[in-house]
Amino acid sequence: MIQPVILWTDALIFLLLAATVAFFLYARRQPHLRDPLRRVARSRVGMASMVVLAAYVAIGLLDSLHFRPALPGKPGAGVQYAVETLSVLDWLAAPLREQVEKTYSAPLATHAYAKEVVELPGGGEARDFPRLKYGGAQLADPAADKWPDITTRAFKAEAMALAGWFLAAVGLCAWLAQRGGEGLSAAWRDVWRGKTPIPWRTGLLTWGALLLLAFPAVALSTHYHILGTDKVGQDVFFQTLKSVRTGLVIGTLTTLVMLPFAVLLGIMAGYFRGWVDDVIQYLYTTLNSIPGVLLIAAAVLMMQVWMESNPDLFDTVAARADARLFFLCAILGVTSWTGLCRLLRGETLKLRELDYIQAAQAFGVSHGRIILRHILPNLMHIVLITVVMDFSGLVLAEAVLSYVGVGVDPTMQSWGNMINSARLEMAREPMVWWTLAAAFLFMFVLVLFANLFADTVRDAFDPRARR
Amino acid sequence: MIAYILRRALYALPILLGVNVITFVLFFMVNTPDDMARMNLGVKHVTQEAIDKWKAERGYDKPLLYNAARQGARKLTDTIFFDKSVGMFAFDFGRADDGRDIAREIRHRMGPSLAIALPVFAVGLAVNITFALVMVFFRASYLDFVGVVLCVAMMSISGLFYIIAGQYLVSKLWHLVPISGFADGLDAFKFLVLPVAIGVVSGIGAGARWYRTLFLEEMSRDYVRTARAKGLSEAAVLFRHVLQNALIPILTGAVVVIPLLFMGSLITESFFGIPGLGSYTIDAINAQDFAVVRAMVFLGSFLYIVGLVLTDISYTLVDPRIRLE
Amino acid sequence: MISASLSFRFLLLGALPFLLSACDGTAWNNPYPAAEAGKNILYTAFTGRPKHLDPAQSYTEDEAAFTAQVYQPPLQYHYLKRPYALIPFAATEVPRPRYFDAAGHALSPAADPAAVAYSVYDIHIRPGIRYQPHPAFALDAGGKPRYLDLSPAALAQIDTLADFKETGTRELTAADYVYQIKRLAHPHLHSPIFGLMSQYIVGLKDYAATLEQADKAKSGSWLDLRAYPLEGARAVDRYTYQVKVKGKYPQFQYWLAMPFFAPIPWEADRFYSQPGLAEKNISLDWYPVGTGPYMLSENDPNRRMVLTRNPNYGGETYPTEGEPGDRAAGLLADAGKPLPFIDKVVFTLEKETIPYWNKFLQGYYDASGISSDNFDQAVQISGGEARLTEDMEKQGIQLRTSVATSDMYMGFNMLDPTVGGYTDKARKLRQAISIAVDFEEFISIFANGRGIAAQGPIPPGIFGYRGGRDGVNPYVYDWVDGKPARKSIAYAKQLLAEAGYPGGRDAATGKPLLVYLDTTASGLGSKSRVDWLQKQFQKIDVQLVVRATDWNRFQDKIRKGNAQLFFFGWNADYPDPENFLFLLYGPHSRTKGEGENAANYDNPEYDRLFERMKNMDNGPERQALIDQMVRILRRDAPWIFGYHPKDFVLAHAWTFNRKPNQMANNALKYQRIDPALRERMRAQWNRPVLWPLLLTLLALAAAVAPAWRAYRRHEKETAR
Repeated sequence: MIQPVILWTDALIFLLLAATVAFFLYARRQPHLRDPLRRVARSRVGMASMVVLAAYVAIGLLDSLHFRPALPGKPGAGVQYAVETLSVLDWLAAPLREQVEKTYSAPLATHAYAKEVVELPGGGEARDFPRLKYGGAQLADPAADKWPDITTRAFKAEAMALAGWFLAAVGLCAWLAQRGGEGLSAAWRDVWRGKTPIPWRTGLLTWGALLLLAFPAVALSTHYHILGTDKVGQDVFFQTLKSVRTGLVIGTLTTLVMLPFAVLLGIMAGYFRGWVDDVIQYLYTTLNSIPGVLLIAAAVLMMQVWMESNPDLFDTVAARADARLFFLCAILGVTSWTGLCRLLRGETLKLRELDYIQAAQAFGVSHGRIILRHILPNLMHIVLITVVMDFSGLVLAEAVLSYVGVGVDPTMQSWGNMINSARLEMAREPMVWWTLAAAFLFMFVLVLFANLFADTVRDAFDPRARR
Repeated sequence: MIAYILRRALYALPILLGVNVITFVLFFMVNTPDDMARMNLGVKHVTQEAIDKWKAERGYDKPLLYNAARQGARKLTDTIFFDKSVGMFAFDFGRADDGRDIAREIRHRMGPSLAIALPVFAVGLAVNITFALVMVFFRASYLDFVGVVLCVAMMSISGLFYIIAGQYLVSKLWHLVPISGFADGLDAFKFLVLPVAIGVVSGIGAGARWYRTLFLEEMSRDYVRTARAKGLSEAAVLFRHVLQNALIPILTGAVVVIPLLFMGSLITESFFGIPGLGSYTIDAINAQDFAVVRAMVFLGSFLYIVGLVLTDISYTLVDPRIRLE
Repeated sequence: MISASLSFRFLLLGALPFLLSACDGTAWNNPYPAAEAGKNILYTAFTGRPKHLDPAQSYTEDEAAFTAQVYQPPLQYHYLKRPYALIPFAATEVPRPRYFDAAGHALSPAADPAAVAYSVYDIHIRPGIRYQPHPAFALDAGGKPRYLDLSPAALAQIDTLADFKETGTRELTAADYVYQIKRLAHPHLHSPIFGLMSQYIVGLKDYAATLEQADKAKSGSWLDLRAYPLEGARAVDRYTYQVKVKGKYPQFQYWLAMPFFAPIPWEADRFYSQPGLAEKNISLDWYPVGTGPYMLSENDPNRRMVLTRNPNYGGETYPTEGEPGDRAAGLLADAGKPLPFIDKVVFTLEKETIPYWNKFLQGYYDASGISSDNFDQAVQISGGEARLTEDMEKQGIQLRTSVATSDMYMGFNMLDPTVGGYTDKARKLRQAISIAVDFEEFISIFANGRGIAAQGPIPPGIFGYRGGRDGVNPYVYDWVDGKPARKSIAYAKQLLAEAGYPGGRDAATGKPLLVYLDTTASGLGSKSRVDWLQKQFQKIDVQLVVRATDWNRFQDKIRKGNAQLFFFGWNADYPDPENFLFLLYGPHSRTKGEGENAANYDNPEYDRLFERMKNMDNGPERQALIDQMVRILRRDAPWIFGYHPKDFVLAHAWTFNRKPNQMANNALKYQRIDPALRERMRAQWNRPVLWPLLLTLLALAAAVAPAWRAYRRHEKETAR
């Protein structure tokens, strides 16, 4: 028995998802959008990065389906739900979430990282590294059994990964074969020789690599802490997975929030010119001239006060953290719409001088109609490029803002918060490096592929950059 | 020319006024003067009397925007907003919450900020352009490919990692430079090497790639084809023609940034303990020192506008076709 | 061509300073000027710039790190003895108050405290104490003050205090102490203790009003306090002054050991009040003037602060007796030698923990600062015993610990309808939560073992504390095998059920019990702390909701009584139980009187006992009262008593005479160092590792070489 919970960002994420789907359906009918998108799909780099990004998005979406589990209740009494809000990811990764050690332990460790006084079996005490409660708990003799156990588990998982991958590959080829009206083996051959227009081979290879990494990680994580544990003994791997959603939300929702401002004001400035243009230009020059971090800091502090004075709206920790995340996106959006606005203004200025728009105006077509029918569609590619290009910068910005102290809620899992706490851990003896390394790795991969994807999109849409 | 600069300066006034209003509203919604007083007077034994006294002394005992108790124009001028805004335009930033003169503090801290920001900017520019030129020269070869991949990888790493890793390796493990600190004159060198190097390295990814696109765009122009047809060597084309023509966007892009260098870098300065304006700003944010943050916002906006004017001027200087109207 | 040679030149440029500095033999990473090598200088750090160095205003510990070395209050704490004992500093002896009734008749010390109308302290100071050299005392050839009436032209030449070429000194007099007590009421100073002191020092409250008027009427910029007498503080003769305190207030003598009661010469006040100096940051807040062992010779709060030995200081020697064990620890080796030992103390600003810690390990800081919070990562604790890691032991680092005179506690807001109140059910709820929040685990995870779980509000080292079986809080602990053991979770659940929340559900409505914790969790580690706390409450099926907010809002909530549960800390002002028990005194409740009773605890019986206890001299009678009060507190459980933090001092092998002292901030004068040993160790620990540098150069060369070759080939092809 569960009670579904829809957080603000959840709603927006699904709105964004719907908008994306709608955009693609729309773009399929628009040649000036369809062709570049096809070019993106046909690029090898584009294909590889889409597969990786899809994996991140899947984690993020799983983490965006929230619910409150029912508390074990007495029969007869009404069902009561826990205060704690869980996501599907939390539920799937329950062992990771619940297997909490006392404090730090290294990746794949079976013993704690610091010596403690341990009671010896025969009585008496000694200073030694105590065994972990969960990490490698199934082993009788960790010193001898640990690595064989890990290798066996990993190998089993790799075998499953390969099998799974093979099924996916066959499935894909079968689909291609059916669509192309050829035999399965012919389709298979085409894919492997790289003869398909869309580089399925690259996609499959990337997919395979992902599976080969993910399966052993999942298989091992139930019995070991594969990326270690943090100060209060929580699994770092799980934290990193939870941070994925935060990163994605900051990267995408920010642009979603800023889009209406930027598009509306940009088009208005370029289309109406005159005093409207002056006012809008004044607005964005003023906003632009304020150093970004300062503006964000001031706005975040203000937002905290507002949340403080309206505590009833946010009844749980998750809701509060989520609202703060949402506001952070909004604030980042408000401070970063100026660039896109200026681009759109310039482009609109050019467009409105075109013959057919001049003609439409002469025929007395209403402004709203001209903008909707003729101007907006011709700006879509600029919007798309900006959205994709901004993504990685925003993910990186989150870390810096958290360092300055105006980032996401301290109770929220995010790479910025992980890096922030890792700074103190680096000073420990021996050094606790795994939190930093985990955040670095996951963040780097996401940003890297986002950058590559953005490049592909820009190259596809921007005729000048194509060589 | 002078008339143009004057006109631009006048245009800047409403912007600065707007900046002032925005920050003022933001900050006074966050912190009432009572909060500021309490924060300043310390944690123990604070009475309402002491708070009122503190506010009166700093001119925070007036209404924020509208003083109903006064007559005529004084209704608007005898307010916190008016008092605090007028001085700002004369670069009199008043006193920080700890009683120190902000303008004096800013003068003292500009030096250290520039000592980091200027070398990072200059060396960074040179290194980025060099890298970009190498990549363009060997375009479509493995060197170009490796270079681009390297650039994308480097720009996908958060700046925090560069600092953390650099400090850990160079200072802690290898004992090559002091971990943090600052000194005057030539002694500053050992403190500056690492932050400058990190600043340059962390900027290579985005910078070199940007210049590479710039050069490639320039390479596709007609005059390049003409030059090649003349039989000029590839190097001559690249260095004599392309570089020269690309200088305009490079220069104007750089000019916008130069005034802002004074503001320093928030993160680098606080990691390396450099007493510049960046760390001043961070401290002010953490301490919620309204006066300092407002001064820094104003200064930042002012420098940004100076940068815009300078850009316009530099356009005319490097490209005689553009005239200032 | 350009590109390749350009990058080569960069490499050379980058390598040049390394090659240069490699020649002079000092470590490359030495952050200090080479000229300071081998000198008798102590290096330490400060983490935030001090706001006030004016003794009337400064209150925080990091400010005291400077003011306590410069100023000389009449009394001080004995450096080595425990429990803390007051000894004379500038005074000739610790003053004994004389008591008088309302009619002015002398009373015996044993008289009923209620009958005492006021107490008189006569303080004699040693003759011959001289101020540090300072321009305020400088005289011209005619014997007139040189810098007390600066012309605007002369002022224009001045940028820092060092620009005043002449300095002078004079003898310390009793009037200087009186002058400072008057300054507590100065209208421009907002002394943080004015509110408290005006309740005690006779006439101080009215004096503030007098000064306020005088300040408005004055003609110049200086308000000469000598012209306005204060009944409660006056100089009797050159070396004696008298302070009159309302009622009986034995804690007053502790205040006499704080910089608030240090002397301020009128010359300094007049000097600094000249117009134009404050704009240049030349003020008493920035450049203190004192008679203490050190003087502040460099004040750049953005970078470093330097204390140098006051040449006019003398007459004090290292203590000859201490606690048992001090002799064995080598703390009495310097007994009887003149103080101070160290010539110069350099404080460097170090805001970030990692550089601070690493510089300490590299030998560039001699010891951890006053607050060793930043260093707790270094120490490993097991079984309550602190140890250094093997590497650090090898380095010769010494570790000393002592329990701080502080409380870290979680308070319940007693006005809250859920967790507050004095019914049996509410008590049981609080007791259940007190059991569930396992502070032993908290200490080991978050304080790295630096602390002991508290059994009540009074920490060890303070009169009234009870150790062992008698000191255990019977509502939270059992006494098992000679040590306290936290009661079981099952028992806590049972208490919770008795409180009306079986299984964490409200028995009446079936709704889960929510407890709200208010915190300023914006700093480091807060995320894990929140997780941990939620885990503690889940143990008894209670849902904890954490409301994080900024400091101002948090204070506001506490003041308005809107909080439910909150984290708080308290550092003792002076070593007396009154300074802890008053935190729960009803009339001090935060919502009513803006007092320090943030829990708004209000128990008439407790308040009655407190009023009797507070003015009593230490003895069995007082102990009995305190025991009774603590018993009431444990039953009512307005606090989860939390823990008493332990302070660590980490110091290198070349430092001597370090002993943690919670009360004395003026410990610098006792320190001694061995600069030669330090020089050797630093050189040994900081040998530059060069191979990465060479490797980088090689790698760059390897990257450039193929490009260079390709370029040459390319050139040849096009040339052909």
